[in-house]
Amino acid sequence: MANTVNLNIDGIDVSVEAGKTVLDAAKELNIHIPTLCYHEDLCVAGNCRVCVVEQEGAKNLVASCAMPAQEGMVIHTNTHKVRNARKHIVELLLSEHNADCTKCYKNKSCELQDLASDMIISENMFLDLVPEKNYTIDNFSPSIIKDDSKCIRCQRCVRTCHDLQHVSALGVAYKGDKMKISTFFENSMFDVVCTNCGQCVIRCPTGALIEKNYIEQVWDAIHDPNVHVVVQTAPATRIALGEEFGMEAGNIVTGKLAASLRRLGFDSVLDTDFSADLTIMEEGTELLTRLKKALVDKDASVKLPMFTSCSPGWVKYIEHMYPDYLDNLSTCKSPQQMFGALVKTYYAEKKKLDPAKIVSVSIMPCTAKKFEAARPEMRGSGYQDVDLGITTRELAVMIKQAGIDFNSLPDEKFDSLMGQSTGAAVIFGATGGVMEAALRTAYELVTGREVPFENLNITAVRGMEGVREASVKIENVLPAWSFLEGVELKTAIAHGLKNAHQIMDAIKAGTANYHFVEVMGCPGGCIGGGGQPIPTTPEIRQKRADAIYREDEGMEIRKSHENPEITQIYKEFLGEPLGHKSHELLHTHYVKRKRV
Amino acid sequence: MKNLKRVDIIFGAYTQEKYKVLGETLKKSSDQIISEVTDSGLKGRGGAGFPTGLKWKYTANEADPIKYVVCNADEGEPGTFKDREILTRVPRKVFSGMAICAKAIGAKKGYLYLRGEYVYMLPDLMAELELFHKCVKENNLDFEIKISMGSGAYICGEESALFESIEGKRGEPRNKPPYPTVSGLFGKPTVINNVETFVNTLMIMRLGADEFKTLGTSDSRGSKLFSVSGDTPVAGIFELELGMSLEDFVEDFGDGDTKAVQVGGASGFCVPRKKFKDTIIGFEGVPTGGSMMLFNSSRSMYNVLKNYVEFFEEESCGQCTPCRVGCQQLKLGIEAVKKGEKSATYLDTLQKLADTMKVSAKCGLGQSVANSFSSIVDNFKEEMIY
Repeated sequence: MANTVNLNIDGIDVSVEAGKTVLDAAKELNIHIPTLCYHEDLCVAGNCRVCVVEQEGAKNLVASCAMPAQEGMVIHTNTHKVRNARKHIVELLLSEHNADCTKCYKNKSCELQDLASDMIISENMFLDLVPEKNYTIDNFSPSIIKDDSKCIRCQRCVRTCHDLQHVSALGVAYKGDKMKISTFFENSMFDVVCTNCGQCVIRCPTGALIEKNYIEQVWDAIHDPNVHVVVQTAPATRIALGEEFGMEAGNIVTGKLAASLRRLGFDSVLDTDFSADLTIMEEGTELLTRLKKALVDKDASVKLPMFTSCSPGWVKYIEHMYPDYLDNLSTCKSPQQMFGALVKTYYAEKKKLDPAKIVSVSIMPCTAKKFEAARPEMRGSGYQDVDLGITTRELAVMIKQAGIDFNSLPDEKFDSLMGQSTGAAVIFGATGGVMEAALRTAYELVTGREVPFENLNITAVRGMEGVREASVKIENVLPAWSFLEGVELKTAIAHGLKNAHQIMDAIKAGTANYHFVEVMGCPGGCIGGGGQPIPTTPEIRQKRADAIYREDEGMEIRKSHENPEITQIYKEFLGEPLGHKSHELLHTHYVKRKRV
Repeated sequence: MKNLKRVDIIFGAYTQEKYKVLGETLKKSSDQIISEVTDSGLKGRGGAGFPTGLKWKYTANEADPIKYVVCNADEGEPGTFKDREILTRVPRKVFSGMAICAKAIGAKKGYLYLRGEYVYMLPDLMAELELFHKCVKENNLDFEIKISMGSGAYICGEESALFESIEGKRGEPRNKPPYPTVSGLFGKPTVINNVETFVNTLMIMRLGADEFKTLGTSDSRGSKLFSVSGDTPVAGIFELELGMSLEDFVEDFGDGDTKAVQVGGASGFCVPRKKFKDTIIGFEGVPTGGSMMLFNSSRSMYNVLKNYVEFFEEESCGQCTPCRVGCQQLKLGIEAVKKGEKSATYLDTLQKLADTMKVSAKCGLGQSVANSFSSIVDNFKEEMIY
């Protein structure tokens, strides 16, 4: 067993794989060591020092998260020295921290508060430093609020933004007592490269980075008798919302979600999955059109590969980082925005409502959707298409505020007209899902046959690998698509912006040759979105993804083009994919942004 | 000087012919060099005192074909100014020491990390480097030195923060292990030594380990440059034998009214008059990177301490909790006691905090704040309160 090391923690022998840390080893023994800056998804920082332990023979305490387990080590996690140091450290953090907990959005879901409570810190041993600091709150972003007075400088956000997302909107500025987490030239989060993905928000241990919540605005709309409030819910919300109510990750709560929305008082409870199916119709047709122009017409102005455009974090990322590739982005709006545009046109028409008196609310696993809803391009209906975008977490707050016992709710269905959907739509929530849904439809459209995968499960595009490639050989096509005969459709999938960066650089360098690329801004796709329940770990994301695919398998219809409401809307309203009305309502354009 | 013997090795002329010793040394094998340095008992002159031979040996033993030699010339410890003098007067001895190290460990590239304020030295250093590079080439050593400028952060004198800085990142100390001998600059095995240490290795090559060892004590071999400042009639740089008693030092350098000596700068220890006699300056007693600050009875030790904690409050990189917040608390804490806003017993709380910083801070900076804090508060408590 050359690859294991043996050590002793608190009198118990333990063997761990070489390369594991003391913290990992303690976990195997179910010995809890408190942590703050440590996060499973991130590189080790070792800067909060809360996890210090005593190592026999070492002069100083060691940070267990950063200390590799070594042969023969003897560790004590609960000595007087350790307890004193940890308590001091938490007290020091509290002395810099605006500890007005009852007025904090993260009250009762704050890791610093938990530690203070575990250590029974009821009075300040040290001087209150908060009055010395000129802490500021940045609330200019429509998505994220950054409150420096709550920050404990653990740099989880910095590591997230840099290592996971390759955005680096957040960084460390100044040193010593003035050290802070900041942005380029201390600009607002609204004015920097921030993609609003919210990955920092779901990793912030305190209330320093939170979503901008629109809970009160949604309540105001619900309680306003003069408006009709429509709500849409994204695919990934239904497999995560349960976690906010104590359920294990991976529980499917679609029925309870619909029931809870109805009880909150929304006038119509609809499903973003409907517009996900619509996206497939539009985007699939767009892809085939681009392929035809490129392969048959030899039109050099047509850009390939085509990138998906469902993820607003990804869209803003490419606008900042690769503005020369905006023509490669599908012009399709995201499902949220297609839905919004149709609510105030098609839906209003059918329901005989004045669109001016509709408030369109979305429940999203995403913080970037708030920014997307506020984009000036998103007013195809003549109004702001989506008025209020709230996260899965905000919805949970509302359910609790309303006194609804979520877990005992019955399963209910979505309302009809833009409430019906397919399995193809629900998998939009996981990385690879848009690709799979698109392939299910496009392949069938072109060949007249179902995709050649067992039970429609295109497993090649699934999984949690950061960048994945898959190709599909198109054979025996229908006459209209003869130009695609024998073409090997090359696709790639990336999730998390660091992986997107990797793909983009390969494309830029000419070393990658794809027809269609799916990118989701968040690790795992929307299931790991910045608006999802906290915490997030690889294991939690895997469970959510598994749930998404279970939900898909359980659906009666699993191909977007077979959704009867989709057939209906093309017949009654839109005409055909990429038609005139589609262009007006369902497609958009992008903005070149600076890389600062 | 009555008691102490001045030594003249570091600055002393050793040969008429430039780079002669280096040329001769480069004929030796790596093992020969390392064993000579190890035998000499040389310990790092930056202050921490790690055995130089051992550091070189560990790095030489690493299999990675890419290794680095780094010279830490980010002289920032308050009261230390000897490296400036070395680099001004005998830069070729520094480069030669680095080349010897490169030969010993098998490095092809070296960096001299120069304190930002020393930028004025650059033209002279570059001119010397040109001669140096010519010399190593003539001696068939594939080794090149680059100069990397600091930007004024004290923390970049900490070796791993220094690496980060050379790599173009924010100067923040790394977690250890891994140590630089395994994973240093650009993640490669690296020897990082102080300016003076490199000069010493060259001197060992010239004098031989045995002669080097005739100076100093068994724990502290050789001589060392001291930067003497404060209330002294003879401020300046002096090369002295290690292992002297502080009493002898004060007799030679004091103004007759010395009440305390701060040994080792802001991160060192404050020794009060009553302990001069029993204090040895060296690794067996109170070590120093060279800074010796003398204070006479006209000085307020409260002001001295406040100056130090203010320095640390500003120069902490800010990443780890004990150092970032601890320094602020120590500063505001002694102010509050002085103003009477906190009782004298609050000093005990602050002492405990300093102890926590010592055992839990991420790097040497945060760990050493307690040195000056505790030694000043312990020995001059009444001055902190009244």
